[in-house]
Amino acid sequence: MKPAAFTYHRAESVEHAVSLLGELGEDAKVIAGGQSLVALMNMRLARPSALVDVSGVRGLHHMVLEPSGELRIGALVTHAAIEDYPLVIPGFEILPKAAALVGHWPIRTRGTFGGSIAHADPTSEWCLVAVLHGARMVIEGPGGSRTLGSEDFFGGPFMTDLGHDELLTEVVLTEPRERSAIREFARRAGDFAIVSAAVAYDIVNGRMSGARVALGGVASVAVRAPAAEAELEGAEATPEVFARASRAAAEDLQPPSDLHGSADYRRRLVRVLTERALADTLAGD
Amino acid sequence: MDDTATPAGGTRWTGNKWVGRPMSRLEDAALLTGRGRYTGDIDVPGTLEAVFVRSTVASGEILGIDTTAALDRPGVQAVVTATDLAATPGLTALLEREGFVTTTMPLLATDGVRYAGEPVAVVLASDRARAEDGAESVVVEIAEKPAVISIDQVREGGAGAVHEEAPDNILLDSTLFSDDLDSVLESSHLVVTKRVDTGRVVALPMEGRSAHAHWDGDRLTLHTSTQVPHMVRSAVAEQMGLMENQVRVVAPDVGGGFGQKCVVAREEVIVAVLARMLDRPVRWVEDRGENIVASFAGHEQVHEMTAGFTAEGVLTALSTDVWCDVGAYSAYPFTCAVEPLMAAGELPGPYRVPRYAARGVAVTTNKSPTAPYRGVSRPQITLAVERLLDEAAARLGIDRAEIRRRNLIRPEDFPYTGANLVTYDAGTYGESLEMCLAELGYDRWPERQERARAEGRLLGLGFVCFSERTGYGTPVFAGRGMAVTPGFDTAVVAMDPTGGVTVTTGVSAHGQGHATTFAQIVADRLGVEPSQVRVIEGDTDAVPFGWGTFGSRSIVIGGSAAHRAAGRLAEKLARLAAHRLEAAPADIVLENGSAHVRGTPARSVSLAAIAHDAHIAVQHLPEDEEPGLEARDSYDPPGTFSNATHGAIVEIDPGTGGVSIERYVVVEDCGVVINPLIVDGQVHGGVAQGIACALYEGLDFDEEGQCRTATLMDYLMPTAMEIPDFELHHLETPSEHSSTGAKGMGEGGTIGAPACVVSAVADAVAHLGIPVDRIPVTPQYLALAIGAATDNPDPGEQT
Ligand SMILES: Cc1cc2nc3c(=O)[nH]c(=O)nc-3n(C[C@H](O)[C@H](O)[C@H](O)COP(=O)(O)OP(=O)(O)OC[C@H]3O[C@@H](n4cnc5c(N)ncnc54)[C@H](O)[C@@H]3O)c2cc1C
Repeated sequence: MKPAAFTYHRAESVEHAVSLLGELGEDAKVIAGGQSLVALMNMRLARPSALVDVSGVRGLHHMVLEPSGELRIGALVTHAAIEDYPLVIPGFEILPKAAALVGHWPIRTRGTFGGSIAHADPTSEWCLVAVLHGARMVIEGPGGSRTLGSEDFFGGPFMTDLGHDELLTEVVLTEPRERSAIREFARRAGDFAIVSAAVAYDIVNGRMSGARVALGGVASVAVRAPAAEAELEGAEATPEVFARASRAAAEDLQPPSDLHGSADYRRRLVRVLTERALADTLAGD
Repeated sequence: MDDTATPAGGTRWTGNKWVGRPMSRLEDAALLTGRGRYTGDIDVPGTLEAVFVRSTVASGEILGIDTTAALDRPGVQAVVTATDLAATPGLTALLEREGFVTTTMPLLATDGVRYAGEPVAVVLASDRARAEDGAESVVVEIAEKPAVISIDQVREGGAGAVHEEAPDNILLDSTLFSDDLDSVLESSHLVVTKRVDTGRVVALPMEGRSAHAHWDGDRLTLHTSTQVPHMVRSAVAEQMGLMENQVRVVAPDVGGGFGQKCVVAREEVIVAVLARMLDRPVRWVEDRGENIVASFAGHEQVHEMTAGFTAEGVLTALSTDVWCDVGAYSAYPFTCAVEPLMAAGELPGPYRVPRYAARGVAVTTNKSPTAPYRGVSRPQITLAVERLLDEAAARLGIDRAEIRRRNLIRPEDFPYTGANLVTYDAGTYGESLEMCLAELGYDRWPERQERARAEGRLLGLGFVCFSERTGYGTPVFAGRGMAVTPGFDTAVVAMDPTGGVTVTTGVSAHGQGHATTFAQIVADRLGVEPSQVRVIEGDTDAVPFGWGTFGSRSIVIGGSAAHRAAGRLAEKLARLAAHRLEAAPADIVLENGSAHVRGTPARSVSLAAIAHDAHIAVQHLPEDEEPGLEARDSYDPPGTFSNATHGAIVEIDPGTGGVSIERYVVVEDCGVVINPLIVDGQVHGGVAQGIACALYEGLDFDEEGQCRTATLMDYLMPTAMEIPDFELHHLETPSEHSSTGAKGMGEGGTIGAPACVVSAVADAVAHLGIPVDRIPVTPQYLALAIGAATDNPDPGEQT
């Protein structure tokens, strides 16, 4: 379990990182926290010829709540920084709860928000939150910057639209919601979830509005559950409605079967976890 | 009372000052401050790093191995294949028993590969990364054959042969006890038949296997992460054509073994062979991936049982067929028969079974080979028998505790010889059961369970009883027909001129804390402090010939040998002190580092003064005494039985099928407890491992024989987060078969836990008619079965 040979380059700035990536060619890779990449390299499943270390780059550690209510998260913000963030971020209360579900604490102190999004694991908590909150990914490349929504950014398991010479610098979470919750099931604490479910909605005139349900572990990327959202939208937040929405969430799905869970089991987990996440949104009532 | 002068093997002494104390471990300071020294730390200049090229297919014929590209990689010094090792015969484990087929494990795959992960070549380079570069450049061409991957597949017939010698893939088929049970079963009130399946697990010691060898012209030094240094020495000497005095095997600090290191690995032999062949020091350090797919596994069995019961639930007869998937090779020296013979030989466990028939079968498959794994078949037989009793109780309408009371070996039965011809020494079978039930609140359980069910919660309570034979002596191994009979062990206790004590012994700790427990035993015998006693193990140049540590043997066998040797030394010290103090040896008391005349503490001499004279001024010794202070003794017991009852309360999440363990109670009896902290630690680790077998761990193979659980992301070794707190209780029935009264207890936790957790899980879903007869029990299995049984579209809220 030793990586294949590679060269190491430390980027001083976003521009420097982008130019290094351009110079070093297609087989170079960004390394941020290294919590996914180093394991892959040790197993030689990834064999970059060069690493561009962005962990020393300044200006990517911010969390900024815009007047519009959107939240900008710098790519290098660690999972632990979000988990331990001292203030409540209105509209995005799901963040620290989701952060606590990412791996184990030592991993959270190094692994980054941007690294998780760029790595695009189908059950990553941050990919789920990105889908839930209609995230925009801000990307810097040789030709300047561009922005992509999550539908266009995520291509499949471990696949994104990022070019080899591009850097993800920031993720903008949109659509703040008054109430939100996340549930997942893993065999062991800290494991990637078999299935995860996140929900969010506002209450307008006593009814749910802007309802969102996002699911992980049921497709090649995190997905929304439109049928469940439709059940919630405009309805009162009651256990009966939640139960109907959870059933609807599961009905649409053709999840994969693998070592960790069959399609039937994943469907059951979707129903159970969606319902529990929805119930969690009433916990404060 | 003090009887330090009691002759060796005489009455057990009772005036313990150190034995029984919860002393913290003498070895821990070094281990916890980074001063441990493991095989990977051995640093000899010029060492080459070895990396094995392993077969990527489970079964096939090797058509060719091309090493040219590998030799061109920077830093690669050599690539070795089976052709280069033609002079080594390979490892052959022997058993003189009808129905056993002898097979050989070549050091490297020769013409065929038998599992994915089997070593086919070795690359040696200046460092590990470059050796891995070389390994991926070796091109192995294999004509793949269909893989044999399961017991059921072999039983159906028609699978290809893993070994030519065994066309039906059966390496052992042995009827240990034949008895025609038909008439007894016919006249029994109830006959239960049951099949129980247990998953394949791998031990995952914190430190994987590793070896470092160097050859100095006519002598080999091999550091290796082993439980059995002398066995490795014998194997290496044989494979290399050396006298054993030309081989020094050292087990430095060893980070766990659990049985995986009590057999001889081909990799450690190869490292030794290459050190001589290349005349360069060679090191191999196994990585986690290799440990999972290529090291020794265990515990995959199918039990098919038929048992008769009276209307009162008393067992009338029991027959069992035990099928063990032993993988691709028979491990040296224990052979692949170790699991089937143990299972069929000891299945009745703590229960009185009047008529018994048992057959043990070893099935070879294209999977990594097996070795004894902590508990060796007793976790499986305990699961099998306890599932049987739970089912019989349910069908007869008898309380689960009551059916056990009616079948357990009773106090008046000891020594009890069962239908399996095993003789059990005294234990606390009934007492431990009652104590465990009381702790669990068993009498109030039905109410609690009912209440929980009414709230939609699935709570279960389980408990199991078992016996654990420990300290297997020579006759047991000889009785099995083993060519190697690792029964006895030896200790030498010496006092140096300053009064410091050194114990050398053939047992070999790899985490068990012998440096502490053996020091406690010897300190009491000699009247010194444990901190003055140094225990040396694991270096064949320094310790007497012995068999190492496995099978819960060390405290029974090595501990007795040390106790006896220390007793002999105490006698000599008493004689020398008596001479100086002008008293009778029988009146000498050894205490606090000196010898005094009983009743007259002022008439005393320090042990250091006696020790000085015994070495440096021998003119002061009595005329008939030899110089020096050293005594040696050996011990070879018939085996002694520890016992325990485990109890657990679990809750199943009906939505996800996740199981959480609310309480875990152990009431165990391992005789005289030498050190309660170490006993508790062994129980904790063992139960954690057993819970892992019950709920988490299982090697999974696809139809091609590829291991699908090749990393710790997929092979679910639980963490501290999944393991509950334990409630431990101890009973002490001193053993008749060890000098200290101690019984072994290294495996009990692992033996009881799988059955206990399963029993609790089964209880939680008993009202839904869900069978739980296969481990690991997965959340998926439970959730889908609960869903089907309740047909409940809304599995309900739960936190
Ligand atoms: C035991 C264990 C358990 C884990 N459990 C979970 C879990 O439950 N949930 C979960 O979501 N994750 C889990 N992880 C993964 C962890 O969250 C990683 O931190 C995260 O996936 C990657 O972030 P990183 O900063 O470490 O990225 P790295 O490992 O450095 O990089 C990951 C990938 O992203 C690319 N990359 C990184 N940053 C950028 C950037 N700014 N721009 C472009 N490309 C970039 C890299 O080139 C690489 O391909 C676990 C990891 C471990 C070791």
